[in-house]
Amino acid sequence: MDIITARGLTKDFNHTRAVDNIDFDIKKGECFGFLGPNGAGKTTVMRMLYCVVVPTSGTIKVFGLDIEDNPSIIKSRIGVMPQDDNLDIELSALKNLIVYARYFEIPYRTSRKTAYNLLEYVGLTEKADENIKNLSGGMQRALLLARSLINSPEILILDEPTTGLDPHSRHNVWNKLKDLKEKNTTLILTTHYMEEAERLCDRVAIMDRGRIITIDSPKNLMETHGGNLEYVYLKLTGKRLKGKENGENNLS
Amino acid sequence: MEKTICLKRAFRVWQRHLTVYTKLYKTSIALNFVEPALYLIAFGIGLGAFIKDINGVPYIKFIAPGIIASSSMFAATYECTYGTYVRMTFQKTFDAILATPININDLIAGELIWAATKSMFYGTIIIVAISAFRLVDSPFVIAIIPILFLSGLVFAEISMVCTAVVPGIDSFNYFYTLFMTPMFLFSGIFFPLDVLPPAVAKIAFFTPLYHLTLICRSLVWGSAGGIAGSIAWLVVVILIIAPLAFILMRKRIIK
Repeated sequence: MDIITARGLTKDFNHTRAVDNIDFDIKKGECFGFLGPNGAGKTTVMRMLYCVVVPTSGTIKVFGLDIEDNPSIIKSRIGVMPQDDNLDIELSALKNLIVYARYFEIPYRTSRKTAYNLLEYVGLTEKADENIKNLSGGMQRALLLARSLINSPEILILDEPTTGLDPHSRHNVWNKLKDLKEKNTTLILTTHYMEEAERLCDRVAIMDRGRIITIDSPKNLMETHGGNLEYVYLKLTGKRLKGKENGENNLS
Repeated sequence: MEKTICLKRAFRVWQRHLTVYTKLYKTSIALNFVEPALYLIAFGIGLGAFIKDINGVPYIKFIAPGIIASSSMFAATYECTYGTYVRMTFQKTFDAILATPININDLIAGELIWAATKSMFYGTIIIVAISAFRLVDSPFVIAIIPILFLSGLVFAEISMVCTAVVPGIDSFNYFYTLFMTPMFLFSGIFFPLDVLPPAVAKIAFFTPLYHLTLICRSLVWGSAGGIAGSIAWLVVVILIIAPLAFILMRKRIIK
């Protein structure tokens, strides 16, 4: 069953076409990746999914509902782990989750309990009362992941979930995502790490300059084109991914 | 896009700001209170030693109600200029909130209502302070508090319009130097408008601060007469600027 359907999706920012007439369907329970270098349009697609960017043309349906007509209903059923850390830096880890739960109208008692469970889930129980400023980068990402799960979302949107993380923290995030997938959460992620896409994604959309070049499983892509995903990407777009240039692709 | 405002969701934004504020109030409160206290001392006591009285009223007593007005005004404007800008741009708080069921209009309404609340709170503290100095004549002074919420909305909306259009945080200097400071100085807090050139006095007459000062002065001195028109003007300004604040802010945030 398709949980997200996008047709003819296009977005212009001041005469620059960021997303160029793309179509995609995402199935319930799958892990779907948008793969591409910075500027490929991945983040714009993510932000359209949670209604912060309005499409110039085309439609997106999430849970069968049009995003332009039902943003609140849709957003109440999805979780978002953004690319930028946007935690409330003045508050403790626990308070961050409780404040966030209020946006979803989750009652205090429930949210407190859920917040403690989530902190345990991401390994931050001991940091519950710690101010955000005193958490490491990896811990802040973990807290962002916990926050995105506060409403038990059916769809989890992750915009470059492991960018800037050390290998250990990166593996922690991957393990959590695998676990969530087993629990039948639909995962949508953007990445420019090939290894991340290979390990996690059932299907990937390869993006370049706002367009989707192809959508397929990493396995099929590698079999069809030969070599690893990195090579497939290079072959399809004539470009290397940004991670390679910075030597960041040496992940594990 | 949803065109309506859900007050319940706006309240969640308000609640978030309150939670953060209760962590920070010790440092931020000083910023807003030290200044009015300095004005009261410098002008009321210092300058007051030479001026003695205006129309038979001791000078410190003349300016005290205006300090309620200006203090609550600056509380709202700081909140919706620097405060809103930092949340929108540097802390990316708005991105975090908009990924939840809260929509853009709810968020903007929450920002405005929070600023108005803070405006009311800071003005109330000044009321308490000047009462302690026996500068208040009448229990009518209590009636100022809800009016401060209204005027807080006015100043919050004006600031929000500014925040929606500034290219960067430094540009607020223009807003304060060219708009807020002149309004503060020429809205009848420190001297009656009739000494100004008629053209300037006319402009001053339309500023919300002039009317708020008038309301505060009447109620502190114990005469409620003549404030209905001023309250009505505040409401009119709220209604005129609200669509502008929402449309421009929405345009800035939702791409």
